[in-house]
Amino acid sequence: MASSTKSLLLFLFIQFCFSLLPSSFAQSPTPGSSDGYTIYGRVKIPSYGTKEFSLPAKVSNVKVILNGGQRVSFLRPDGYFSFHNVPAGTHLIEVAAIGYFFSPVRVDVSARNPGKIQAALTENRRGLSEFVLEPLKEEQYYEIREPFSIMSIVKSPMGLMMGFMLIVVFLMPKLMENMDPEEMKRAQEEMRNQGVPSLASLLPGAARN
Amino acid sequence: MAMAIRVFLSFLLFLSLTNLASSLYEDQVGLMDWHQQYIGKVKHAVFHTQKTGRKRVLVSTEENVVASLDLRHGEIFWRHVLGTNDVVDGIDIALGKYVITLSSGGSILRAWNLPDGQMVWESSLQGSKASKSILNIPKNLKSDKDDLILVFGKGCLHAISSIDGEVLWKKDFAGESIEVSHIIQSPEVIYVAGFVGSSKFYVYELDAKSGELLKNNHIALPFRTSGESLYVPDDKFLVLDDARSKIVTININNGDINYNQKQISDLVKDSSGQAVILPSRLPGLSALKINSQVLLIKVTNEGELAVVDKIDNTAAFSNALSISEDQHVFAFVQYEDNKIHLSIKDVNDWSRDLLKENLVIDHQRGNIEKIFINNYVRTDRSHGFRALMVMEDHSLLLVQQGEIVWSREDGLASVVDVTTSELPVEKEGVSVAKVEQNLFEWLKGHVLKLKGTLMIASPEDKIAIQKLRLGSSEKSKMTRDHNGFRKLLIVLTRAGKVFALHTGDGHIVWSITLNTLRKSEDCKHPVGLNIYQWQVPHHHALDENPSILVIGRCGPSLSAPTALSFLDAYTGKELNSLSLAHTVARVIPLPYTDSTEQRLHLIIDFNKHAHLYPRTPEASEILKHEFSNIYWYSVEADNGVIRGHALKSNCIHEVVDEYCFVFRDLWSIVFPSESEKIIATVTRKSNEVVHTQAKVMTDHDVMYKYISKNILFVANAAPKASGDIGTATPEEALLVIYIIDTVTGRILHRMTHQGCQGPVHAVFSENWVVYHYFNLRAHRHEMSVIEVYDQSRADNKDIWKFLLGKHNLTSPISSYYRPEISAKSQSYFFTHSVKAIEVTSTAKGITSKQLLIGTIGDQVLAVDKRFLDPRRTLNPSQAEKEEGIIPLTDSLPIISQSYITHSLKVEGLRGIVTVPAKLESTSLVFAYGVDLFFTQIAPSRTYDSLTEDFNYALLLLTIVALVAALFITYVLSERKDLQEKWR
Repeated sequence: MASSTKSLLLFLFIQFCFSLLPSSFAQSPTPGSSDGYTIYGRVKIPSYGTKEFSLPAKVSNVKVILNGGQRVSFLRPDGYFSFHNVPAGTHLIEVAAIGYFFSPVRVDVSARNPGKIQAALTENRRGLSEFVLEPLKEEQYYEIREPFSIMSIVKSPMGLMMGFMLIVVFLMPKLMENMDPEEMKRAQEEMRNQGVPSLASLLPGAARN
Repeated sequence: MAMAIRVFLSFLLFLSLTNLASSLYEDQVGLMDWHQQYIGKVKHAVFHTQKTGRKRVLVSTEENVVASLDLRHGEIFWRHVLGTNDVVDGIDIALGKYVITLSSGGSILRAWNLPDGQMVWESSLQGSKASKSILNIPKNLKSDKDDLILVFGKGCLHAISSIDGEVLWKKDFAGESIEVSHIIQSPEVIYVAGFVGSSKFYVYELDAKSGELLKNNHIALPFRTSGESLYVPDDKFLVLDDARSKIVTININNGDINYNQKQISDLVKDSSGQAVILPSRLPGLSALKINSQVLLIKVTNEGELAVVDKIDNTAAFSNALSISEDQHVFAFVQYEDNKIHLSIKDVNDWSRDLLKENLVIDHQRGNIEKIFINNYVRTDRSHGFRALMVMEDHSLLLVQQGEIVWSREDGLASVVDVTTSELPVEKEGVSVAKVEQNLFEWLKGHVLKLKGTLMIASPEDKIAIQKLRLGSSEKSKMTRDHNGFRKLLIVLTRAGKVFALHTGDGHIVWSITLNTLRKSEDCKHPVGLNIYQWQVPHHHALDENPSILVIGRCGPSLSAPTALSFLDAYTGKELNSLSLAHTVARVIPLPYTDSTEQRLHLIIDFNKHAHLYPRTPEASEILKHEFSNIYWYSVEADNGVIRGHALKSNCIHEVVDEYCFVFRDLWSIVFPSESEKIIATVTRKSNEVVHTQAKVMTDHDVMYKYISKNILFVANAAPKASGDIGTATPEEALLVIYIIDTVTGRILHRMTHQGCQGPVHAVFSENWVVYHYFNLRAHRHEMSVIEVYDQSRADNKDIWKFLLGKHNLTSPISSYYRPEISAKSQSYFFTHSVKAIEVTSTAKGITSKQLLIGTIGDQVLAVDKRFLDPRRTLNPSQAEKEEGIIPLTDSLPIISQSYITHSLKVEGLRGIVTVPAKLESTSLVFAYGVDLFFTQIAPSRTYDSLTEDFNYALLLLTIVALVAALFITYVLSERKDLQEKWR
């Protein structure tokens, strides 16, 4: 019982936190400043528990880029970023993070309702109710080497060559056994004439079959 | 049986086709690529050498990099590249754990965590007026106290808490029209001092807690001052008058302001030349520079001035460093007949040298520009010093005990132009003994590799394999290889230094600071402009060294004097240099060479003259022969005009100059300035090889590519929408694309993109152009392709015409004919902003092409040209599918395995260069910015050679196994034969 109340409290606390978020999302210009608004947002990189060893999410190396390089901002430890003195209009925000694919975000800073900011992902045209940017997918820059298995050897061109040879060596005699005894005799005679039975003489014999 | 073989073969083919995407395994990193990290020319440096923890130096650079370097080895602990407009004004350490940077003209203050470089807080400082920006952090030894950071920027003084970046108070000086030059902090009071106009000196006294104005005082000097001033502790300022003949001491003691003045000639006998106050902060002392002599002047408490010392031939002065409560030291560097002396002296005890060392610094590094010092306590409790020096070629040196501990070639962070050169041919006579010795090693290596592929290698084996791969001596050999992978990348940096980098591992083969681009009285701000291949010896003359032409200019203005230098590409020796009497607007390498294989170059100056180089009678003769075949164009982006030019006649000054020509305008295209503004122009690379002129379509029809070297792509934007993204609405934005023949000035193709704007990045290759721009309506980036085909030759397909000789294939192709052009175009969305676009180039042009896109995230993405093919349709027919046409999608796919920079970043990416290797399948790629990155790519896989990790051991094993199997089967069959006989 006690634990359930605790979790309920936690839930309420989280709800409270989220209700705070939108207020930090849009901000009116600070009084006394020149024209322009402030865009606040947050980049959230989920830590994939299992995959973390391959590409650790380093918040310190993430850049947030406004309008194709006009301004560059960095993330705070909690993932928040901000752009100050942004004029009203439609802007583009991109997130550059090695190992993750982020969609660029279209940001509308309204001039009529001062400070009203709307955001939408441009890749899938999804609107954002709160300005939290999450990667669409992880990026894997390397091919994964497949672990050693018999199949990979067999599938490799050389494995196939070997397999083919084995078939020829071990299956062909079996096929020859099913041959007509007379024809077999003829073939063997032919072989005797040639002397040593070589692989080369075996092959056409089989092909004639 | 035959059927079985066919099935087997097709199966094999299928297998080899499945992994078509060019990609990399993680353990192949560093095999063919290399990556070098730089920071750029250091502007400010702050040491952090506390007893515990790693010793580091924090620097900010001219490339807007903030970095923490290891003081022991010079490696980068962490580094951040700020935006291009985010120029760093100041850097310091607060609370002993945060690095504080002030940037963007004093409007952004950021705190970075010292150990890992994580940004802790950021604060935006508002202000109304652009002004000098000053960052002032008190050196408080007690780090637990909340230090106040004082920032003056944009006409306002801000006091900021160093814990969370909160602005505690702010005082606006914008209304006072004061040029604030000093902020002095004492525990309770803050003094703000500066000039109003050029003769009124104001001092404001503010309360440190609240920012309230306590006192305001000023003094009017009876003469004009030079504007520069220096603070000398204990409330004094030194100022020079505008004739630079008097030193004025302004004393602000106890709220009163008074001044003393003294003629410089009273201090020194011979004081011809301009005096300059050196901005070094030395308590109690001030340094005055007259010509190359520095006067050290002590200001006594009464405001009297006394010359302490004169130092000749000084190069650099450091700021004062306090090594104990009352001991302050500073360093300076002197040049004396090719020797460099580093001296460290106590500010108060002038007679004694704390340190005097002779340094040996490579002459190629030029003069010492800046010096920063730091002290450490030796085991015998005496003070030792280390000095960080910034050199003229932008390199960074750490000097300790007269030795260079480490050096960084940070000039390579500002590469301006790149060319390549072949390496020397290998000499005959490889000893057999060496090969035999290596045979066992070779086999061992391959057995290890086999273990690796079978994934049965132990961790030690894996390390050995990686070492074997990276350390293969073949890679960094100094000779030409059969495949043409080994070359020299010759790069010109902004400092005017030329480096030759080996493509194998990126090491510097040679470097040279050009004499013509040394800083001197005549040449104040030398900059490197361009680099060209001057002489490429023909295959018959391989014993000759190729040479390189470097063009540099003495200053940022276009009319500054320019100089040419000719370098030997193998040794880096300067063969010859010329100071030009004319300016350089454009350099045109002509497609002609003289008998010594020197390429002819035309240099166009701003006075509408063309100058021919080399200045030899032979070159002039060749040019005379080709006089009527030389055309070029010029783009005047500001006026919206493109002009075509041709040579007219020799210049006629007093005498006829053989090598100077006047030219005439052939045509001009004037774009309406109210509706269009030129934002990008791109032409084809002059050395590009095209393999085939014809393209076979799916219906076995043939299209002829319109291939001309004289073709120009122009992108124009509406003037309202020629700024950044976010400044225009879709209604006012418009992008107009032109393809222009530069000989006749004919517009071959015109296209408009409504609601689109720049920046436009484009690349032109063969008969197609690909360009990247921003679509405002969709609010996404787009890429478009235009392919141009020649219709006039379209009816050459009839075989009867060929037989009867009625085709027009043998008729000369000339730009004077009116071409019948058909252009096909298609557009796609592309996710990222782009910094640079390039296309792969191969030796014969047979291999399919890939576009190399430098994204805003500083990565380089390879996109197959097949994705940008105007023939893509939503539902390709079976025949089209077989030809490899990809179904049309609205956006270009971003396959993360095709990032050629894999998990690396080329920070501050500015350009990509591709060079063909000798092997047709392979193209060499060099990407430069603050970092350098090089790799080899094979757009259609390496179809003409075995890959690097081809397993010879496995092949050997297979052969052995086959032989064994053969033998066994032979024995078996013999035995069976015998049995048959016995039966």
